[in-house]
Amino acid sequence: MTLELALIAAAALFCVGLYGALSQQVVVMVMMGLELMLNGVILAAAAFWWFLAPAPDGQVLLLVVIAAMTVEMAMGFAVAILLHRSRQTDMTEMASDLAG
Amino acid sequence: MPEAILFVVLAVIAVAAGVAVFRTDSMARASYALAVSFVAVGLMLLQFRLEYIGVITVLMMVMEMAVMAIFMIMFMGMNPALMPMDMVHSKKLSAGSAIGLFLLLTAGILLADWPESRGPAGGDLTASLGEAIMEPKMLVMLVISPVLFATLVSALVLANPRGRYSTYPLVPVEDADDDDGQGKGQDHSGDSAGHAAHSAHGMDHGAGNSDGHGQHHDGGGHQ
Repeated sequence: MTLELALIAAAALFCVGLYGALSQQVVVMVMMGLELMLNGVILAAAAFWWFLAPAPDGQVLLLVVIAAMTVEMAMGFAVAILLHRSRQTDMTEMASDLAG
Repeated sequence: MPEAILFVVLAVIAVAAGVAVFRTDSMARASYALAVSFVAVGLMLLQFRLEYIGVITVLMMVMEMAVMAIFMIMFMGMNPALMPMDMVHSKKLSAGSAIGLFLLLTAGILLADWPESRGPAGGDLTASLGEAIMEPKMLVMLVISPVLFATLVSALVLANPRGRYSTYPLVPVEDADDDDGQGKGQDHSGDSAGHAAHSAHGMDHGAGNSDGHGQHHDGGGHQ
């Protein structure tokens, strides 16, 4: 169990999530990709805390990331409901009005 | 040594479950795979002696995935466990970006000169987290609280079908459009064929206006 191993696992989780967030068409699946990315961030922050500076302040940072995850999910579901109600769809292509 | 083996196994499970989220052909299985990935990361946090954070990660994410599965069933209108799906775009670009970033991050992780540890964690870590929240880091929590409250209000406003100035009972959009369509029909025609054509025109919500008019005029010409 080393810092490098934990960070590589976190990087792998982040990149898998990035692939999902970029490639998926369904809003809920895009949210799943974002969740995986934040999952990687949590693991990396925990590894930094444990291997470099195990002070209580680092745990507070983890709580902030978890709170950000909660906000992302709540707003994502709200936008998904709004999109579904106004356009009867859950695809990102149907919400690209402002795309260049 | 057993701890290191367990850590590697959990890391492999977390990443494999993460990959399975986007490889599986049903959304229900995707949400279960994401839950497995979160549970594995939660167990890894427990290995770092982050008992409080690890347990709330597991509990929160398992419940969240259950809610996500409900949303999928609601939006997709199908049995997500049985219906295969493959709805992706820019697959090569996304995969290339993810692989490129992973290689870059891995190179940085392996080549970086990481500093020495400031010493092992000691004492009751959960109690020290509580003390940090209530004393030096209270401002962080005070900032998070209004953010969460604003999120609650915003989510309710976005999800509520009733607008700020709407009154109950809500007037269905179709009825209002039908009335509008019939009014236009009377302007252009007096015969029964004209009414039939314009009732269809009224259902088109403006986008099909030219089609509706075309049908009406053609019918009138034939008569």
